[in-house]
Amino acid sequence: MKKHILPAIKLSFVTIIFFCVVYPFAVWAIAQAAPNHGKGMLITHKGKQYYSNIGQAFTQDQYFWSRPSSVAYNASGSGGSNKGPSNEAYLKEVQARIDTFLVHNPGIQKSEIPVDMVTASGSGLDPHFSVQAAKVQVKRIAKCRNISEARLEELIAQQTEKPFMGLFGPEKINVLKLNIALDDLK
Amino acid sequence: MNTEILGIILMFTATLVAAIPIGKYIAKVYAGQKTFLDPVFNPLEKVFFKISRIDPAKGMNWKEHMVALLTINVVWFLLGMLILMCQQWLPMNPDHNPNMSPDLAFNTTISFVVNCNLQHYSGESGVSYLGQIWLMFLQFVSAGTGMAAAAAVFVAFREKTTTQLGNFYDFLIKSCTRILLPISVILAIFFVFQGMPMTFEGKQTLTSLQGDTMTVSTGPVAAFVPIKHVGTNGGGFFGANGAHPFENPTYLTNMLEMWGQFVLPMAMVFAFGYFIRRKKLAVMIYTVMTIGFLLLVIPNIYMEMKGNPAIAAMGIDNSLGAMEGKEARVGAAASGFWSIVTTVISTGSINSMHDSSMPLSGMNELLAMMVNAFYGGDGVGILNFLIFIILAVFISGLMVGRTPEFLGKKIEAREMKIAMIIALLHPFLILVGTGLATAFPAQGASTLNNPGFHGFSEILYEYTSSSANNGSGFEGLGDNNLWWNISTGFVLILGRFLPIIGPVAIAGLLAGKKYIPESNGTLKTDTGTFALVIFAVIVIVAALSFFPSLALGPIAEYFSMR
Repeated sequence: MKKHILPAIKLSFVTIIFFCVVYPFAVWAIAQAAPNHGKGMLITHKGKQYYSNIGQAFTQDQYFWSRPSSVAYNASGSGGSNKGPSNEAYLKEVQARIDTFLVHNPGIQKSEIPVDMVTASGSGLDPHFSVQAAKVQVKRIAKCRNISEARLEELIAQQTEKPFMGLFGPEKINVLKLNIALDDLK
Repeated sequence: MNTEILGIILMFTATLVAAIPIGKYIAKVYAGQKTFLDPVFNPLEKVFFKISRIDPAKGMNWKEHMVALLTINVVWFLLGMLILMCQQWLPMNPDHNPNMSPDLAFNTTISFVVNCNLQHYSGESGVSYLGQIWLMFLQFVSAGTGMAAAAAVFVAFREKTTTQLGNFYDFLIKSCTRILLPISVILAIFFVFQGMPMTFEGKQTLTSLQGDTMTVSTGPVAAFVPIKHVGTNGGGFFGANGAHPFENPTYLTNMLEMWGQFVLPMAMVFAFGYFIRRKKLAVMIYTVMTIGFLLLVIPNIYMEMKGNPAIAAMGIDNSLGAMEGKEARVGAAASGFWSIVTTVISTGSINSMHDSSMPLSGMNELLAMMVNAFYGGDGVGILNFLIFIILAVFISGLMVGRTPEFLGKKIEAREMKIAMIIALLHPFLILVGTGLATAFPAQGASTLNNPGFHGFSEILYEYTSSSANNGSGFEGLGDNNLWWNISTGFVLILGRFLPIIGPVAIAGLLAGKKYIPESNGTLKTDTGTFALVIFAVIVIVAALSFFPSLALGPIAEYFSMR
């Protein structure tokens, strides 16, 4: 073991220089060529900056609600509920979310509520929801904002992000972008 | 066809297509043959070895290999403890995160040194950027360590009779610079253009559209995430790991991260075949692994897409599947697929919360780690598989009444003893750990996030993940305390180094034996029949040792939900 200690320390030293300084610096340099210089997907709207891919809490009736979150969309942390599928307390919570949703969205049938609107995401910061999750909120927002339902349906169609290359993965909608577009409608 | 299913098929196909040429490349790297990256890396490695006064051409026998491996791992461990316990006072800490407690630093350092990346902290609040960069270093070299051990085994089976299995340092550095680094850089370029942050500016405060103040953690994520996957490490930059929208911003990054973690474990199998010039053997191994993988992954995709029956019973539209703990941009299918890829190989990164998987999906995730040899981690996967091959050779040798031989070498009592010890070590560590934690409710039950059978699964998962050096978790478990940090720390050490030393020792012993040319009497090890025997050995070992514990956890939960 003795004859390996010094080489091991020296080799660690040079590899640390290479992998902890040279490599991250190279990636950082490449990132400067990327949009927003590696600061994340930033968008600006009316002078305010947002991360388009960090979900925000939307709880007011005039906005499309985002998915439930177990970290309340506090992006200084992240995480899911980690509740097991058979957990009674958890199932009661889901039931309560369904009931709340129905109270705020009169005229909606239970069977129209998509599952992503009543379950928390893995990160607690999910920036997206499903197309059905937007559609099911149209009635409420139309009434609240005095906009025709057809106009909102059109907005949803515009904001729907197709699967990657049209072929791979789910369809989805970015909630923040949808709500920004909604604010711009007037 | 459903676009979510198409996405999965593309991910699997793209991995397989790339794994064959990469396997060929890896074989060339270890054999010291010319490759197209020589002009870049020859001079670089010369500098590395000159400064550290190592002669990379000097051969080592299997014992010297292991001594060198363990020594440098001890150096990394000590350095890691120092950094994580002092990070508060060191530079690059814009978020002012505190020092780690000694037990947490012990667990974290061990876990990254052994390529497991079990995390009892959250990246946002638990480590400084310096700490993250240090952990990233360990992600490179721990993967390189596993691959270097595998390379020594490759050499042992290529030569007719030898005691020299190449140079450990040479294999370690080549694995890091010529295999892990190029793939990581390519992925990093994709990632920064897909909106993954690469900044050192710390937390950002902004106002949401609705008017709330929000704080957003950022960091040098795009350098960290590629090697996290390519090195089958899996430790997340953020608490939510690959579910975090900064760590996995789009469906494309999801596919690339999947490809990145899957490609080397597959390629190592082909590299073995090319290196020892027995392609048919590699194909046999690959087939067994793939059948095992498919048997686990297909049910998971199905169950996650079908969703939670208890929620379906509430009368809502459940067509998206089990969305608890899953991201809308990834979807249930790709989450189910990832949950098995990350557990059959030893990555342990997650893009959905495994704690919220359907009961039998959770069982398959556990089984994947219990077997730990369907592809397996970078390098170590093939070492684990070698143990099953040795067992299968011995059993089939007994069945047909021939001397057990593998690649022209007699398998004798000594090798069999080592193989048996290693095969039994994994269930021993998992079941004893789980038994102890369950027996003391103050340590076990009080830290659970779910009641009943699922709670037991949380304990079982934590030890399985530790022993398999996987690092994923049923993350509801409150695991940052003395009991979990220390007990899993020791399981991690034993579950890493013994399964490396064992197979290398077997290979070293076999390499020193006289080569017996193949004849009509030789048991063929590259046939379908032999593949079946290996598969049966794996099933028997896994089923016999783990079925009772699975029956108490996921299986019981499944039936309680009907």
